[in-house]
Amino acid sequence: MATNMPAAPSALRRFMASELAHNWLRSASAIAGSIIILGFVVMVTAGPYLTAQNPYDVRQLDIMEAFKPPMWLEGGTGQYILGTDQQGRDVWASIVYGSRISLFIGLAAMLGSALIGATLGLVAGFYGGRLDTVIMRIADIQLSFPSVLIALVLMSAFGTGVDKVLIALVSVGWVVYARTVRGATLREKSREYVQAARVSGLPNHKIILKHVLPNVLTPLIVIATIQVGTFILIEASLSFLGVGVPITQPSLGLLIKNGFDVLFSGLWWISVFPGLFIMLVVFGINLLGDFLRDELNPRLK
Amino acid sequence: MTAQTDAPLLRVCGLKTWFHTFGGVVKAVDGVSFDLSPGEILGIVGESGGGKSMVGFSIMGLIDKPGRIEAGEIIFDGRNLVSLDDNAMQAVRGRQIAMIFQDPMTALNPLYTIGNQLEEMLTLHTDLGPQARRERCIEMLAEVGIPQPEARLGAYPHQFSGGMRQRVVIAIAMIAGPRLLIADEPTTALDVTIQAQLLRLMKAQVEQRRTALIMITHDLAAVSQMADRIVVLYCGRVVEIGASAALIAGPRHPYTRGLLDSIPANHQGRSRLPQIPGTVPDIRKLPPGCSFAPRCPRAAERCRSEIPELTAAPAGGAFACHFPLEAAP
Amino acid sequence: MFGYLIKRFIQMIFVLWIVSVLVFVMMSFTGDPTYMMVPLDATDEQIEQARRILGLDQSHLVQYWRFLTNLLQGDFGRSFVFRQPALQLIMERLPATLEIVFLAMIMALVVAIPLGVYAGAYPQRAGSRALMAGSLVGISLPGFWLGMVLIFIFAVKLQMFPSSGRGPTEVIWGMRLSFLSWEGFRHLILPAVTLSIGTLAILMRIIRAEMMEVLRQDYIKFARAKGAANRFVLFKHGLKNALIPLITVFGLMLGDLIAFATLTETIFAWPGIGKLLVDSIYRGDRPVIVVYLMFVAFLFVVVNFLVDVAYALIDPRIKVT
Repeated sequence: MATNMPAAPSALRRFMASELAHNWLRSASAIAGSIIILGFVVMVTAGPYLTAQNPYDVRQLDIMEAFKPPMWLEGGTGQYILGTDQQGRDVWASIVYGSRISLFIGLAAMLGSALIGATLGLVAGFYGGRLDTVIMRIADIQLSFPSVLIALVLMSAFGTGVDKVLIALVSVGWVVYARTVRGATLREKSREYVQAARVSGLPNHKIILKHVLPNVLTPLIVIATIQVGTFILIEASLSFLGVGVPITQPSLGLLIKNGFDVLFSGLWWISVFPGLFIMLVVFGINLLGDFLRDELNPRLK
Repeated sequence: MTAQTDAPLLRVCGLKTWFHTFGGVVKAVDGVSFDLSPGEILGIVGESGGGKSMVGFSIMGLIDKPGRIEAGEIIFDGRNLVSLDDNAMQAVRGRQIAMIFQDPMTALNPLYTIGNQLEEMLTLHTDLGPQARRERCIEMLAEVGIPQPEARLGAYPHQFSGGMRQRVVIAIAMIAGPRLLIADEPTTALDVTIQAQLLRLMKAQVEQRRTALIMITHDLAAVSQMADRIVVLYCGRVVEIGASAALIAGPRHPYTRGLLDSIPANHQGRSRLPQIPGTVPDIRKLPPGCSFAPRCPRAAERCRSEIPELTAAPAGGAFACHFPLEAAP
Repeated sequence: MFGYLIKRFIQMIFVLWIVSVLVFVMMSFTGDPTYMMVPLDATDEQIEQARRILGLDQSHLVQYWRFLTNLLQGDFGRSFVFRQPALQLIMERLPATLEIVFLAMIMALVVAIPLGVYAGAYPQRAGSRALMAGSLVGISLPGFWLGMVLIFIFAVKLQMFPSSGRGPTEVIWGMRLSFLSWEGFRHLILPAVTLSIGTLAILMRIIRAEMMEVLRQDYIKFARAKGAANRFVLFKHGLKNALIPLITVFGLMLGDLIAFATLTETIFAWPGIGKLLVDSIYRGDRPVIVVYLMFVAFLFVVVNFLVDVAYALIDPRIKVT
């Protein structure tokens, strides 16, 4: 089977090795985006080593340390760089642990959406008929509603939970993959070499793997990159409204919600810093996504 | 050479228009010179990718980045257009020098009526009042053969066929009475039957007004019937220049010969139409000597190392070849 | 044209029907609403009775049929919490939402169009690059968080604007509106700015991309060959072509604004339908959620229909059949 693999993936690999990498090194925004993303990956993997405190271990919390401002303000200490919250929890530590949950949800929901969406798109495009109609009708209707709203209503039905957030995000995220893949499948299906492969009795799944998937890989990479950022934002919105992750697993969005209650008393750092980190990571992802879209989409070149 | 009594309307001298791309410098126009008298029709011929369109855009001052006119002069009516600023150039464009584009499907703005786009030319370049402008537009549309011109003023470009649109484009180009018209592949995008009609229309238009015409085309056959003189371009350089009849009857440059041989009408009875072997080379990586050497049947060692100069032929015209073909008897 | 309208109308009905099915299915997941209706110390018998009254003892199909026929008769049920018709609740709060949504939309358009045109016409300039980076930040930040930052700066610290609530309103055509008095308008500003940022950033990027695409077209070069000034070419031949596609994103834009209004209204304690939805989700007030969804679906379907018709009317190339 390995020898039977098409030329496309290796061509892609060669392409990655040359022009894309070359342009990547020349693009300030692509490098900036990559550094930001890399920074976050390091932050969430090295997690506990970067913080003195485990914010979820109640024994480590000291209520006497509550409401400490960031270290550069009066009353701040070097022990809590970004200050502490109502329970004496280190804001920096909360952000490190919260980023884990936010990033995990963004990535996992993206993978789920891509897998399910691409599969449905392939099936719809390849087999056509009533199945195609049903899948695409649902996609059309769903697209006319904002994702946040659909996710919000789904979460109101499901209740809080990381798993439920994932289901809600995948429910809104699959559509864009399904449409892209279906379009590409229809295009490829009409090509002569695919027709020939069908006539010669190559099984459908092999045709799909060999001829269709390699051709839709590049647009999918772009969509997937940007979607991680979108999902992080939607998750934050849901958690801010209290219908996202549970308080035992606070994401960056939930941290903002916690800080909102005390914002009016002037305790801004509890909510402002988590928001800044959301902005930073999504910004990094969007920078990279934009670069990839410009590079991988020949139409825009 | 016939003595020129009146000064040329246009004199292009050593024009170099280069594009600075990431992949290297593209010398789209590399040292092109020719001149043009009032009312004269000049054909600029070459294969696609030969930089001939860029000659037209250079004269119009419409070279966009990363392109630049590196060197040379474009003397029009005594003024060097290359040194004019954008404001001064705007007064020349449309009014003095007009241009017709290759694809009439895309040259007209889809959101405005053709009346609007025609009238715009008069608003820009004349002091006519609204009523006079309208009448002039109707007149002009009738002149280029649009039926029911008055009713068609309010029509949008998509309501016209390709041939009709190109007539509208010609009307727009001619309405302000330019002294020079540059037509860039004006019939390439159209049906063969319509091509001849439009060429006749253009010829009639320029003769009637004594407008000079530069016909840029890859179609040597079409231009030879219209033009007084022909410039043959290859890879941004002039390879041959001469009076139409003489050039057709006795080309001196092997490239011109090749172009002539690939015209079907010249080879009735033969089973196979000869073609120039090979393709136009990547203009960023031209060979050191004559650009045509890799495709030339007569190429020798000298051709591969030394760029031939454009030299005047005793019988009129000029060619750039170390080993030219025999002059016609 | 008439045939087209009929076809679109049937499509609209079909979409609304699908939405009603989806809403019904989703609501069946939310658990048993009986417990919302009965006192905490209700006996099993009382609960059973309440279930019968609500029709929950019947099959899902029968329940859906009742749901649908009620909808068609304009009966959207009564709020468990407010004890009044849910549709009436929505209608009362709708003007407040429309107010911030429209103000946000106007602000987004007014700022995004000139900036987008500039960035598209001169993509290489430093100003354009700064605008693009800025718009990317605008897309990347959580809107509700921006609202909080604005509250902290302009309400808590500088005390220039009120931090929450709607302020005084005046009644016009039966709607309570804020923007007619200065005090009311002051309350509107922060929520509307918060809501507009995301849309503004996206719009600017769309307009820039469209402008760049349009300026590549032959008719732009032809217009320049006519001897028109660059600015004239930009505005007459570029802008109109670049803005037409905006009509198509209008529906999506409105949808996003209404969706994000749920967050904005929650932060600013703005009494619109978005906050009503969030509150109803907390309280498990199922009829209100259902009406909200059906109403918003209706709104989107109608707006998308109007967008298509407007597009056909404005672009001479499109013929509706």
